Amino acid sequence: MSTVDYLIKNVSLPDGIKTDLAICDGLITSISKNFKGEAQTIIEAQDCVVLPGLVDLHTHLREPGREDAETVLSGSRAGAKGGFTAVSAMANTSPVADTAGVVEQVYRLGQEAGLLDVFPIGAVTQGLKGESLSEMGAMADSVARVRIFSDDGNCVSDPLVMRRALEYIKKFGGVIAQHAQDPRMTMGSQMNEGEVSARLGLKGWPAVAEESIIARDVLLADHVKSRLHICHLTTAGGVEIIRWAKARGIDVTAEVTPHHLLLTDDLATSYDPVFKVNPPLRTESDVHALREALADGTIDIVATDHAPHPTEAKECEWQEAAFGMLGLETALSIVQKTMIDTGLMNWSQVADRMSIAPARIGGYSEHGQPLVVGGIANLVVVNPKKTWTVDRDLVLSRSSNTPYHGHELPGVITHTFFKGRASVLNGSIMPLGSL
Amino acid sequence: MRHLLSISDLTKVEAISILDTATELSRVSDGAVKKLPTLRGRTIVNLFAEDSTRTRISFEAAAKRLSADVINFSAKGSSLSKGESLKDTAMTLQAMGADAVVIRHSASGAAQRLADSQWMSGSVVNAGDGTHEHPSQALLDAFTIRKHLGMGRSDLSGINVAIVGDILHSRVARSNVLLLSMLGAKVTLVAPPTLLPVGIGNWPVTISYDLDSVIPHVDVVMMLRVQQERMSDLFFPNAREYSRYFGLNADRMARMKSGAIVMHPGPMNRGLEISAEVADSARSVITEQVANGVSVRMAILYVLLAGGALEVGGN
Amino acid sequence: MSVALSAQEITRALTRISHEILEKNQGSSNIVLLGIPTRGAHLATRINSIIATIEGAEVPTGTLDITLFRDDLRMRPPRAIMSTKIPTSGIEGKDVILVDDVLYSGRTIRAALDALGEIGRPRTVQLASLVDRGHRELPIKADFVGKNLPTAKTQSVKVFLSEIDGRDEVTIEEGGE
Repeated sequence: MSTVDYLIKNVSLPDGIKTDLAICDGLITSISKNFKGEAQTIIEAQDCVVLPGLVDLHTHLREPGREDAETVLSGSRAGAKGGFTAVSAMANTSPVADTAGVVEQVYRLGQEAGLLDVFPIGAVTQGLKGESLSEMGAMADSVARVRIFSDDGNCVSDPLVMRRALEYIKKFGGVIAQHAQDPRMTMGSQMNEGEVSARLGLKGWPAVAEESIIARDVLLADHVKSRLHICHLTTAGGVEIIRWAKARGIDVTAEVTPHHLLLTDDLATSYDPVFKVNPPLRTESDVHALREALADGTIDIVATDHAPHPTEAKECEWQEAAFGMLGLETALSIVQKTMIDTGLMNWSQVADRMSIAPARIGGYSEHGQPLVVGGIANLVVVNPKKTWTVDRDLVLSRSSNTPYHGHELPGVITHTFFKGRASVLNGSIMPLGSL
Repeated sequence: MRHLLSISDLTKVEAISILDTATELSRVSDGAVKKLPTLRGRTIVNLFAEDSTRTRISFEAAAKRLSADVINFSAKGSSLSKGESLKDTAMTLQAMGADAVVIRHSASGAAQRLADSQWMSGSVVNAGDGTHEHPSQALLDAFTIRKHLGMGRSDLSGINVAIVGDILHSRVARSNVLLLSMLGAKVTLVAPPTLLPVGIGNWPVTISYDLDSVIPHVDVVMMLRVQQERMSDLFFPNAREYSRYFGLNADRMARMKSGAIVMHPGPMNRGLEISAEVADSARSVITEQVANGVSVRMAILYVLLAGGALEVGGN
Repeated sequence: MSVALSAQEITRALTRISHEILEKNQGSSNIVLLGIPTRGAHLATRINSIIATIEGAEVPTGTLDITLFRDDLRMRPPRAIMSTKIPTSGIEGKDVILVDDVLYSGRTIRAALDALGEIGRPRTVQLASLVDRGHRELPIKADFVGKNLPTAKTQSVKVFLSEIDGRDEVTIEEGGE
């Protein structure tokens, strides 16, 4: 019997069964207590759970254009540290990812970094302007094989543009990921409209501005029989609309971010823009509705909306600050805290919401597969019994705008395997070029 | 107390002590003494990133009567208007040795950002931040109300106050709601529904859309400035209609209680929210508000700066 | 704790001070009494009534708060400002008698002189103090003293007056402020 690369001992599968798991030449070669061979590296994983490598459908890697905030490489490192083996890079770069050239560049940068798969998302409209469609066919046919299209950061607000986009992507089995935000109703908006915004004198961002777009778009998707994905759902009302649409058989999926599962709008009371995010943090009752919806499958996936910003974009007045917060390195811990530790979900469901379902939506066939012998070894090993303290000065992202600085979080990621090689080993990111 | 950022920083006792201090200081400044040595050697910076001549002058007069050195740092001609960040400005002020910064800024929360940051160590006085708060204005309003209607009481219990107009965008209204209700007054907000914030269900106020039904029952009518540009944002149809329903004119004034007073934080839009006859009437205490502003701001600077760092909170 | 002045002794001291004031100023016609709050103000009121008994008429009596003129503001928590009431006759050309309870470092009186200077120009300024406990830090001396009390700096002198404390008494305590 030959020597395997890694043997993970006494690890729990998502369903709770304890086993040993062997990795060799990029594949899972054994899932059995009875594995008898040798291993180059033996990993004692007594308290740990192994999951299929996490897949993020909503990441801002900022390259090209804002390499001061993040690069494909730095974002890949942050992703690997957070247990991800695939991330989808949003199109709002500079230049915008609205041509085959840009998406291929981003895809190649991801391959060069080699820590995880970077799948570019293409813009729906040219320059994210919401006016004319981008060359979605060319992006789909490119090396990057783009299937998800989004103007994220902007809403495709014109109903006719949205209808045409939904129709057009049927040609290559694409999906439109909508950033649901009525632009008129949210002009200058700073935070959730409610009790806190009234007190703080910050311009409100009503839930209805999000929900009205979701409602319109599920009806459009139904009408043209196309695939719609709703980005970062934040309101209880939005959950109800998705639930209704799914009951009607409409082909819609939805995502929730870790921060919307935990944080609420009263954090704005500090006026610290680290809590300024689009869509905004909502109320306690929204948070509970989102958790329930994620648990019952109304919301299909968790996506980070990892949004790095340089220090100066956050070290300023609230209304001057940029929207967005880091998410990759803390996502799994926040999901454990909000969904596992509360008893709302088990690890099998986490594997589904953070790996299997997002890979299915994005069409990422090498990711999000159930753990089986012969499967590609994209894996994450997490110790749910350990905790760690977030330090914004120690994150691998090039930016430091994490809202969890100083928080003690459950769930320490000990290993991430990308195509059978450890991108994170014993909690440390592997040095460049070592894979 | 190190900063004055929001009325919610104050307890009732502290608020009353500021009013009492202002009362003593107004006696001093009414009398022969024009200048007190109290803050000699202290440097106060007026950081006005938004135009407001009257508030700046009021703080400047207050600081100078207490012998502080005053540096005016206004938006026009300053680096703030050239895109310098609040952080860099604050660090500059720190380097200049500012003991206190009086800040007016168009961004809600700017004063708190300045106070919470490590950018500077001095006291911060919020002289109006965006649509959030304007605590010194509320204190001078409470001072004025107490002087006229307090009947010797230290608080404002039993006094009915209507605040009328653009509540949504008014920092004066937010600070006054907190302060006047803390001091025992009953506050009614009167505005078109479009100009009331969503989410004020738990504010200690009564809401009304009908000025005429409120007018006969209140002791104070505080009119707020309505900005013309709100019309283009669809908050109300036009000036004429606004004025018809929410303007204070002679007819409405005639139905006020005897002894009731009219207030306005200024600057006024005569003919829009308040008619000239009302503004210039015997009920109007609007110019007195300006005079009281200096005494109240002296009291604020005194409370923040006259005490040393030692033993603060020991009493 | 030991009692330095009893109620009776306080009354005697104030009576003597009143006589001395009248003697030195050749009557009460040009006198203005200004008490330094809190206790100095009550002492000034008492002196005024003693003078009234002797002379048959009251003299203009007011209060002078010196808080805003103190030079030690930064070393203490903020103090409440007390009332300043200058008699309507004013102080211009008058013989102003400052009245305080305890004369110690002299800094209060320096502040009082500054405050007076902002208000007007008296002909003379004199100082009456119920107790002089020594340890002057400035070249200031009282014109009328109820009792000289030699003290250590570690001790504290406390004046109790019936108007606010319910009893008249001056005590010396070990371990002070």
